[in-house]
Amino acid sequence: MFKSRILALTMIVALVLVACAPAQIPAPAPAPAATQPPAPEKPAAKPAVQELKIFWAQWDPADYLQQIGNMYEKETGIKVTVIQEPWGSFGDRFFTEMAAKGDAWDMVVGDSQWLGQGATQGHYVELTDFLVGEGIANTVTEATLTYYGEYPTGSGHYWAYPTEGDAVGWAYRKDLFEDPNEQAAFKEKYGYDLGVPQTYDQLYDIANFFTRPDKGLYGVAIYTQKDYDAITMGVENTFFSYGARWQNPETNEVIGWTNSDKAVEGLELYKKLYDCCQVPGLTNAFFNETNEALINGQAAMIMNYFAFFPALANPAANPFAEVTGFFSSPVGPYGDRHAALGGQGMSIISYISPERQEAAKDFIRWFAKDEIQAKWAELGGFTCNKKVLESDVFKKATPFNPAFAETMTFVMDFWNIPVYSQLLEITQRELHKFVVGNEGTAKETLDRIAEQHDKILRENGFIK
Amino acid sequence: MKSDNPGGRTRPRRWQLSDSAIVRLFIFPTLALLIAMNLFPLFWSLYLSFTDYSAIAPQPPVWVGFKNYREILHDRQLWIYFATTGRYAVLAVGLETLVGFGMAMLLRQRFKGSGLITTLILIPMMLSPAVVGMFWKLIYNPTFGIFNYLIGFSQPASGPVWLGSPKLALWAVVIADVWMWSPFVMLLCLSGLNAIPQYLYEAAAIDRASSWRQFWRITLPQVAPLLLIAILFRTIEAIKAFDMVFPMTGGGPGDATELIAVNLYRQAFLGQWRTGRSSALAYIILIIVIAVSNIYIRLLNRLRRE
Repeated sequence: MFKSRILALTMIVALVLVACAPAQIPAPAPAPAATQPPAPEKPAAKPAVQELKIFWAQWDPADYLQQIGNMYEKETGIKVTVIQEPWGSFGDRFFTEMAAKGDAWDMVVGDSQWLGQGATQGHYVELTDFLVGEGIANTVTEATLTYYGEYPTGSGHYWAYPTEGDAVGWAYRKDLFEDPNEQAAFKEKYGYDLGVPQTYDQLYDIANFFTRPDKGLYGVAIYTQKDYDAITMGVENTFFSYGARWQNPETNEVIGWTNSDKAVEGLELYKKLYDCCQVPGLTNAFFNETNEALINGQAAMIMNYFAFFPALANPAANPFAEVTGFFSSPVGPYGDRHAALGGQGMSIISYISPERQEAAKDFIRWFAKDEIQAKWAELGGFTCNKKVLESDVFKKATPFNPAFAETMTFVMDFWNIPVYSQLLEITQRELHKFVVGNEGTAKETLDRIAEQHDKILRENGFIK
Repeated sequence: MKSDNPGGRTRPRRWQLSDSAIVRLFIFPTLALLIAMNLFPLFWSLYLSFTDYSAIAPQPPVWVGFKNYREILHDRQLWIYFATTGRYAVLAVGLETLVGFGMAMLLRQRFKGSGLITTLILIPMMLSPAVVGMFWKLIYNPTFGIFNYLIGFSQPASGPVWLGSPKLALWAVVIADVWMWSPFVMLLCLSGLNAIPQYLYEAAAIDRASSWRQFWRITLPQVAPLLLIAILFRTIEAIKAFDMVFPMTGGGPGDATELIAVNLYRQAFLGQWRTGRSSALAYIILIIVIAVSNIYIRLLNRLRRE
């Protein structure tokens, strides 16, 4: 009886051990090569840190970063591995690893909105002395340094090196815009020349002009998706360009800011664009849907992040590739010009050893060099480096690079404090209700957002 | 007592397990898995529901008592989502019952090809709800979707934008749910209908009972237990509906289709990671599901007794 119990227990323990075993059995340490005799008297030829791991989302720029990493390995002997995670689980995997204070990666190319959590919860190494002291901060545009690297905004404390710049821009059908008949008809109707819109009023006119449901053509395809942050990122373009801000930068007060008169005007314009000229059915649209609207020939102009424009410039993906042009966000009625920010900055994980942190800094120092940034841009990465952005080589590399270079000087972002996701959820819900659901007015919508943001910010001590 | 070893030599003992040991051997791994995968998460999430905790924050859970429950029950927005879920459940389950029962009545009579037709009708419920949500989204598209054509708009773009209208979006989701799950109700009803003894109808015919009376006094009472089971399953599923709705509408427009399970997902994940609060909300939903199930089961037991 005793033996049978022992046997049963052994089997249970064995089952539990099998269940808990790691998915991949670690490979045994490689045996020293027989041809290489041990040479303890010689100084170590290889650096102390032999591999750096960078965590990023799974997309083309991560492949480009891997190529940059391969260059670094050739130069220094330090292997760089870019570990890619699908976008859907990118944030979840990162923060669960950080909650466990994991050291699986040395660096992360993290979202701008993660800065607050990364800094306040101790996941990121502060890079102020490194970036400012070594002059790296001066190599990137001010806006990208602020929004990809600084927390709290305006504090002068930096936590990330701006790596993959991105922002919302516009693509348009040049064949329609440059058609002499269309130009003549437009001039007759609106009294000025048809061309790339310089202001949001012009963009609205052009969108109206090209909206022809009988021909299956519509003026715009703009972001409306409610799931995460898309409609907020879309509205931010008119919101910021009309002079509105989410908060008082000094006090974080939102009442009177989020729901200011300029904010109302900006939101009203977005709503007008949606009502008059949005491709029908794009009620929950993000980057895929807006790109498809242009590719399908349904939209004359679409908004999208620059990171998704390479597909539009590719004739294999877009039948209108040869006649697709790109422009940056137009100017608002009061002279403000801004675009909603995408993109990510590279941060060093605080849970790795000091020598790994130093090795990670060495990599960033090398990566930030002008010539490496030029290579990064050449591969397809969206650099934030000022010199590269201003160079003719960069501007001529792709049809959307000139607009990108211009946009990177006036980007603006949503909140990046640790409770940003709660603020975002409210903003998404209320904006979608107004823009797509046609409920209430712009003023009522922004009043509700401001009121709910105010409550959360006060509860969490961001407003005294 | 007779000796098994008359020669006095000790025979080596065979390694054998008693019956009870074998029983335990089979039960213990199952129990261990059940505890690890069901009971532990259940009790751990119950504990978390009384804490302020985020699964992605490095801070441990902080005990806050009933604060999460109190906040949820006082959150006006969440009551709107509960009400939307209630409307959705009533509309979807009601229509599925009518359509499913109707189809079962039609297919009850055997005819040439009825087996094939029954199989084809069952296909929607075999699909993944997320896939169904995605393709109904395309079907409702006013520029290339077929739905507006089917309801009589020769220019579909001039028809309603089903997923963009707060008044129509919930109906759009209900229609997709009815399309997918009516076959399930039909299947259960069909098995109930086929089990009704023919002699009951023959006796009713001899008594000159009308078709309506036969339906009311024989068919419906006989099929009612299985119909109730179908309604029970569908109601539970409707209260926790998520996987079809989320890819289809994302909860929008605004919060027109923000069912409580969609909002639970939003609070638990999607950047928010409010693990403590979302655990409390999950328990409130669980209590509602148990309460509704109990009502149905009592009704079912009463029917069986009758």
